[in-house]
Amino acid sequence: MTVRIVDRRLDSRNKSSVNRSRFLRRFKTQVRRAVSDAIAKRSIRDLDSGEKIGVPGQDIGEPQFHHGRGGVRESVHPGNDRFSHGDQMDRPPSGGGQGSGRGQASPDGQGVDEFLFTLSRDEFFDLFFDELELPRMVKRQLARINDYKLVRAGYTQSGVPTNIHLLRTLRSSAARRVAAAAPYNSRLRELEEALAVALAQNPPDEAVLLQLRSEIESLRLRRRAAPFIDPIDLRYSNRIRVPEPSTQAVMFCLMDVSGSMDEARKQMAKRFFMLLYLFLNRSYERIEVVFIRHHTAAEEVDEEAFFHSRDTGGTIVSSALKLMTEIQQARYSGSQWNIYVAQASDGDNWGGDSEVCRDWVEQHILPVVQYYAYVEITDGEPQNLWEEYEKLTRAHTGHFAQQRIRTPGDIYPVFRELFRKRLT
Amino acid sequence: MSRLRKSHPTADTSPNPPLLAQGSDWTFEELDRCDAEIGRVAREYGLDGYRHQLEIITAEQMMDAYAAIGMPVYYHHWSFGKHFLETENRYKRGQMGLAYEIVINSDPCIAYLMEENSLAMQALVIAHAAYGHNSFFKGNHLFRQWTSADSIVDYLVFARNYITECEERHGLDEVERLLDACHALSNLGVDRYRRAGSLSLDKERARQQEREQYLQSQVNDLWRTLPPRPLETAITPEPRFPAEPEENLLYFIEKHAPLLEPWQREIVRIVRKISQYFYPQRQTQVMNEGWATFWHYTLLNTLYDQGRLGDGFMLEFLQSHTNVVHQPAYNSPWYSGINPYALGFAMWRDIRRICESPTREDREWFPDIAGKPWRETFDFAMREFKDESFVAQFLSPRLMRELRLFAVLDDDRCTKLAVSAIHDEPGYRELRRKLADQYNLGSQEPNIQVWNVDRRGDRTLTLRYFPYQRRPLSEQTPVLLRHLATLWGFKVRLEQQAADGHVTLLGEHVMERRR
Repeated sequence: MTVRIVDRRLDSRNKSSVNRSRFLRRFKTQVRRAVSDAIAKRSIRDLDSGEKIGVPGQDIGEPQFHHGRGGVRESVHPGNDRFSHGDQMDRPPSGGGQGSGRGQASPDGQGVDEFLFTLSRDEFFDLFFDELELPRMVKRQLARINDYKLVRAGYTQSGVPTNIHLLRTLRSSAARRVAAAAPYNSRLRELEEALAVALAQNPPDEAVLLQLRSEIESLRLRRRAAPFIDPIDLRYSNRIRVPEPSTQAVMFCLMDVSGSMDEARKQMAKRFFMLLYLFLNRSYERIEVVFIRHHTAAEEVDEEAFFHSRDTGGTIVSSALKLMTEIQQARYSGSQWNIYVAQASDGDNWGGDSEVCRDWVEQHILPVVQYYAYVEITDGEPQNLWEEYEKLTRAHTGHFAQQRIRTPGDIYPVFRELFRKRLT
Repeated sequence: MSRLRKSHPTADTSPNPPLLAQGSDWTFEELDRCDAEIGRVAREYGLDGYRHQLEIITAEQMMDAYAAIGMPVYYHHWSFGKHFLETENRYKRGQMGLAYEIVINSDPCIAYLMEENSLAMQALVIAHAAYGHNSFFKGNHLFRQWTSADSIVDYLVFARNYITECEERHGLDEVERLLDACHALSNLGVDRYRRAGSLSLDKERARQQEREQYLQSQVNDLWRTLPPRPLETAITPEPRFPAEPEENLLYFIEKHAPLLEPWQREIVRIVRKISQYFYPQRQTQVMNEGWATFWHYTLLNTLYDQGRLGDGFMLEFLQSHTNVVHQPAYNSPWYSGINPYALGFAMWRDIRRICESPTREDREWFPDIAGKPWRETFDFAMREFKDESFVAQFLSPRLMRELRLFAVLDDDRCTKLAVSAIHDEPGYRELRRKLADQYNLGSQEPNIQVWNVDRRGDRTLTLRYFPYQRRPLSEQTPVLLRHLATLWGFKVRLEQQAADGHVTLLGEHVMERRR
């Protein structure tokens, strides 16, 4: 009798994925908080990976009735090397458990440590998008590369009639006909030679001639009977779909770093930049990000300095806009760059500068950029920069968007137009 | 490690049979041949198990199975997801090798082989699980009594489908809350002393009580014309319900919780049944693992002695084997209690030694088995014992000396720990009793019983905790009372009854689900 061996390797690969999603669902608040912390630590470009997060251990314990510490306990241990009956010793420090056996408070004592695990990329996005309250279509679009282009990939023997490749088809037809005729040809040649010999005789033997001629005739007929096009001749152009993030883009992140922009506002701004980056990442093959921060003067910085250093002083927004144009003309001119601008501020601006800003954006920036998104992170009343920009919104719907935000959920409307364009 | 001096069950018949298990990559044919040979030797030794089936799985599936406590099908719950993440984390960090094997007590017995293992490891697992554990499952009285190997997989399929259906009908949250509560109480959801199947007697009694009540009501009718005596009836204490304390909390909930819907009762029952199914495993860990380890060791060594296995195979096998049965000493940084594989393996080997070459000491301690045929003794011990009684019966002085066992007394009234027994003449019996007690689930788990239900009043459920050796309950108790109150639907109290009969209130959870 031979044993029954079942190969289970191929079935039900992700059996525990249901349990896993149940786990995430159950601890959604904790996981969300952890994701939020993780976003604060991440670079905005580093979005396409999973994330290792931790949730507090005591939240996810599975309690059972157990004995606690105390009372009388006796335990047996191996490896006695020094004790004899009646020896006394100090209690080891609690938690160590060595020597005193069941020293731990509870056998399932997961205790208070953090429970660490890795979120997959998809799970991470889910939570991130949830926070941003993206519409479902947009989530799907962002989480997936779904832009394909068809590229040629040789020829196949099957396909739809519109893709028939005539040249290839006729070439194989010709080849087949040559090959099919080959045995008749040699026989024909022999017969023709025999006919020539027979004709050369004087007088020709009519019976032989007749026989040869009829045989030649029938061979020719058979040679001709090979079909001109046979199904096996057909060749089709083959095209395959390859994901196509097409070209290159540059994204300018402009942020006010004057004293009034505190850490919380910067985190909000970071999500705003992240969302735009994510969008661009799905659409373009190569993306450069330029960080420009400004107070009264503007400078180009790296991401770390952009999000984490603080300056004090007044605010002149136009300085950043002008620097942006400079950089754009120096490094990203020409038609091969798609330019996107994301600007975040708390709305303060030097009196009189806002009009300059509006003019500058309208004259120098909007003509060269694909999309300009502005968020004002504030609870207060709109100020003059907002009012000036509102004129732009009206004049340039589809290219310019602005939004006042209080929570991350308010960010998405800034990009509504942008995403809508892609969806239709 | 020295190999066992064995007796050849069979003489080598063929002069030069081909070696089994050459190289490290396995194929299905080779697994088949290994299994056939191991099975042949096992039969020669008289091992009797269920039919078995080997299933090849990936590491990920092994972790899946791990998370669902080894079962091939299981209902969904977040805690299994958590266990999976935990296992995966530790595995990825390399802190833990995956288990060599998972074997399911079912008929046919299912043994999982992980695809990454080498052929030598697969052979070890086959011998360990498919022949060792399998014969234990079939033979041991606890498994025979408490588990039905032929229907467990079917039952799990039923459970999963039923719970999925409940989730669709009543919502994930509702079912999850219920399962959380049941899981929290699951270690108090087993019958410890009586077989669940004896229900017919209870039914009989219930029917008899019904009859009695009926007669009583007739009698009352006769007396209805008499003036009532309200004073006296008020004084008679109301009989307790349940009349006898009930140790199986989940059973009590299932049968008596006033507000549970039928589907909720069914889920309570499912958790209770599965908990009951695992109870024998928890009671026989040392025996069971020791038994399986003894047999993989013996079967493979026998094959080696018959010339069917090469030296390379044996080296790899022995390396894994020694890792499994390694017992660090109490002061080692790797020490985490007694390794059940090590203790079990050592004990079974020791029993064989006592049977085959007893010393004077052994004859004195084990007059019944010293010098007797070892296979019969083995079967007797395997069938009739559990860890606690196994240690109490078969741990020999010689093994205590070899393991250098000693007992430490930790009494919270004393400032210091005391060594209460060591491996010497006056200490052997003490030591053995203490070690046996360590495997007594009855003393390791808190003894909590359903004490009373206030049926006429606010339906408060009162539990009573009987401390063992003055041990208190862990600080998680309030959470557990909350879970219990979720199931019961009314107030829940927990009392403690000390050894002197003094009763104190440990905690209560107020809950009112009545409209």
